[in-house]
Amino acid sequence: MKRQVIDKGVHSGFLLIALFSITALFLIVVFLFIEGIPILDHVSIKEFVFGKYWYPTDDPADFGILSLILGSICVTLLSGIMAIPLGVMTAVYLAEIASPKVAEIVKPIVELMASMPSVVIGFFGMVVVAPFIQQVFDIPVGLNMFNASLMLAFMAVPTICSISEDAIFSVPVALKEASFALGATHFETIVRVIIPASLSGICTAVILGLSRAIGETMVVLMAAGGAAMIPGSIFDPVRPLPASIAAEMAEAPFGGEHYHALFAIGIVLFVFTFMFNLLADYVSYKFRQVGEASL
Amino acid sequence: MQTHIKMHTKNLDFFYGDFQALDQVSIDFIENRVTALIGPSGCGKSTYLRCLNRMNDLIAGIRVKGLAMLDNDDIYDPSIDVVTLRRQVGMVFQKPNPFPKSVFENIAYGLKVNGMKDKAKITRIVEKSLKQAAIWDEVKDRLNESALGLSGGQQQRLCIARALAVAPEVLLMDEPASALDPIATQKIEELITELSSKLTIIIVTHNMQQAARISDRTAFFYMGKLIEVNDTDTLFTKPELKQTEDYITGRFG
Repeated sequence: MKRQVIDKGVHSGFLLIALFSITALFLIVVFLFIEGIPILDHVSIKEFVFGKYWYPTDDPADFGILSLILGSICVTLLSGIMAIPLGVMTAVYLAEIASPKVAEIVKPIVELMASMPSVVIGFFGMVVVAPFIQQVFDIPVGLNMFNASLMLAFMAVPTICSISEDAIFSVPVALKEASFALGATHFETIVRVIIPASLSGICTAVILGLSRAIGETMVVLMAAGGAAMIPGSIFDPVRPLPASIAAEMAEAPFGGEHYHALFAIGIVLFVFTFMFNLLADYVSYKFRQVGEASL
Repeated sequence: MQTHIKMHTKNLDFFYGDFQALDQVSIDFIENRVTALIGPSGCGKSTYLRCLNRMNDLIAGIRVKGLAMLDNDDIYDPSIDVVTLRRQVGMVFQKPNPFPKSVFENIAYGLKVNGMKDKAKITRIVEKSLKQAAIWDEVKDRLNESALGLSGGQQQRLCIARALAVAPEVLLMDEPASALDPIATQKIEELITELSSKLTIIIVTHNMQQAARISDRTAFFYMGKLIEVNDTDTLFTKPELKQTEDYITGRFG
């Protein structure tokens, strides 16, 4: 009898703790919406999302965040273009080509890189990469979309590499052997068997890496240049969504239009990252084709 | 009877690191005959089989000594192209291992990696290989479906078809029926008998009845050594050595 009571107590204890963390997170989301939605008294959703001008402190103020959204999307895409090939190819190298000794040393280093504080990367972009870009490309400012994307790519590569590596490594040896036994070279085996069989994991890795990039604040705040304009080239400064919130929250009067607008930006960002995660789930389900032969 | 030695090894030694897995193994494999390799688990018969298409190369820290010949080529000679060797000496594994691709793509894979581009030709060979492996009637309506949806026995015959598609001269089979039910096993055995008219087959098996049913010659391995090799009928009825007799009559192993 007593043991059953303890068991019940343990159950409810864990339930309580689980409920607490879930509720806390849920309340933050509720708070985000409560604080963000009032901006719709001043602008319509369409004006807010597709408006080209972001002048929150002017009178009358403009609350169009299209340039911020495009800033975020462009920075993320560009960092993806740089990070995906790097991350996936490094993963292929580590899982398939590197000798076990090399992989044993390099793998922890890659994972360590994932834990690099973003402020350090942002600082590096600001003081090292920016002057370098300025000189090499002969442009007036080095803090721009290219710089921020490069820094974000640095942050995304370890995530993409480490998760892809796991996926590639878990491709059954039997499939590799089957390919070799048919007279395929190692390269053909990698391209035609191993990567297709681990595609689901690789896609998940890419999406998780990029969702980290789209939500990242410090790097884009420090390295992206901060101009709320629609970028015309990769060397234009941009102001992604998270950077705007971080830069302006302190100066926005509590409860004012600007304050609500910043929370509304938070909602948009939340929708973005949420969609990214849904996509990751869907893709990993859709391409799931690993699995040894069933008997 | 005119016989040609398709493959042979002479004093073949094999080491995993410091462990010697094969000790002075010499066998001749006659063209278009089935040779069965029998022996208790861990006796080195699978290792030996995998020496014949250099599948063991994938393992780090191995060493081979002695001679292994395919016709007149030393297959461990540095000038030998392993990729070509593996096309000439195909392999079917213990557990069916189709690619997670369609039935068609599974068979076409070997052709494509060997540089064949002509679609009509590929389609023709896919059909021919599936027919040879006696699975065409079962899969002809589902060529574009995933091979993983087939039953275990069908998957194994698909793997045989896949190996046949690249037209190997020798086919190595590593306990190809051990994971299958009796009916699927029987189909595989019939298939082996049929294929042996055009193909040199070397098959590892745990099942002595199977060896007796399908093979022309049988080699008995024990502890990394070849104990006895002879015509299957002779080996099973009048073994030369006591050790062989004990094993085939089930007194040890």
